[in-house]
Amino acid sequence: MEKYLIAVLAGIISGFADRWLMLRSDYRYYPTYPHAYFTHLALGFIAASLGAVAIPALAKPDYVAVTFLVLAAQQFRDIRNMERETLNNLEKTKLIPRGNDYIEGIARVFEARNYLVILTALINSGIVYYLGWQYVFISAPLCFMVSLKMMAGSHVGDIAQIETGKLFFDGSMLRVNDVVIMNVGLHADREKILEEGMGVIIKPIDDNARLTLDAPGQRMAIIHDAVSILGSKVDMSETQFAPLARKHIDKGYLAMFLLANEPDIDYLIEIIKRVPVLESTRGTSLNSFYGRKAAD
Amino acid sequence: MDIAIKECILAIVAIEGARAEGGGCPVFLAKNIQEQEKTSLYLARILGGVVHDLENGILIICKH
Repeated sequence: MEKYLIAVLAGIISGFADRWLMLRSDYRYYPTYPHAYFTHLALGFIAASLGAVAIPALAKPDYVAVTFLVLAAQQFRDIRNMERETLNNLEKTKLIPRGNDYIEGIARVFEARNYLVILTALINSGIVYYLGWQYVFISAPLCFMVSLKMMAGSHVGDIAQIETGKLFFDGSMLRVNDVVIMNVGLHADREKILEEGMGVIIKPIDDNARLTLDAPGQRMAIIHDAVSILGSKVDMSETQFAPLARKHIDKGYLAMFLLANEPDIDYLIEIIKRVPVLESTRGTSLNSFYGRKAAD
Repeated sequence: MDIAIKECILAIVAIEGARAEGGGCPVFLAKNIQEQEKTSLYLARILGGVVHDLENGILIICKH
C-alpha cells in the first residue's frame, strides 16, 4: 500500500476511536438521545479525516489542500451552536432546567472534542508517515489518554466537601442545618418533606470554590444532575417540592434540599461529587493578588 | 413562550379578615385552620402557585 494511504488510514481510525471513547464518558448529557450519538460519531469521523490528510498533503506538498483543510476546520464551530440550540429548545419543556451555564459548558465541550479528534488524527498520521506504521500503537493510546484527561475537568467533589444536612422546620421555614431554604405553608407538605426529603451541605474548600458554588448556574447544574438520576416530586404547576440550593451568606457554604423519587442520601452525595465544575462559573479570586490578600 | 405572572401574591387566605384588608389581592376568609389549609391547597392547585405561611394566621398563594 502507498505510504500516505496508510498514514491517512491510521489517522482516521485513531481519531474516530478517540471520538468514540470521549462520547462514552458523557452519559449525563445524553441519557436518551441515540441519534445524537450517531451525529457526533459522524462528525467525529469527518474531523478525523480532516486531521489525517493534513500531514500527507503538506508533505506532498499540496498547499491548496491544506488551505481547504483550514477552511473545513472552521465548520466545527457550528457544533457548538447546534448543541446549544438543541439543549435550549429542550430547556423550555424541562421541569428542572439545566441552566444556561451548563448548556454553554456542554456545547463548548462538544466543540473542543472535535478539535482534539483533529489533533489526534494529525499526530498519528504524521507519526505513521514519518516513522512507520508500528509506532501508531504507542502514539494512539497516548493520544487517547491525553484527550480523556483534558476532557475530564474537575468535579464538585474536588472543590467541596459534601455532608448530610439535617432537615427541619422552624415554624413554617424549611431549614437544612442553619440555612433557610424556603417557606412551606401547608402542614401536609411539611410532613411529606420531613418524611422523604433529603438535605445536603456542600462546603467549599477555598475561596475559589466558594465563588464557584455561589454562581446560580453551578447550583442549577448540581440540582439538574441530582434530579436527572434520582428523580424529583415536582410536577407541572406544582412547584412546592422544588429542589433548591441556598447559601449560608456568612459562612459561604451551600445547603441543598431535594425531595427525590429515590430517597437515598449516600447516592445523592456521590452524584453531587461527580457534577462537573462549569467553566463559566469557575471562581478565580485566588489567582489575583488582591484576591489572595483578601482571603487571609 | 407562555407568559405568566411571576413573583406575585395571587390570593390571601385568612381567618381574621381584618388582618388582610386593602390592596388589590383577593382575600378568602376561612372559619378555622382546617378550612384555611384546604382552601389554600385548592387555590394553589388551580392557580399553579405555592402556599406560604406568614405565621400570623394568614396563608398566601404565590407564583414563583
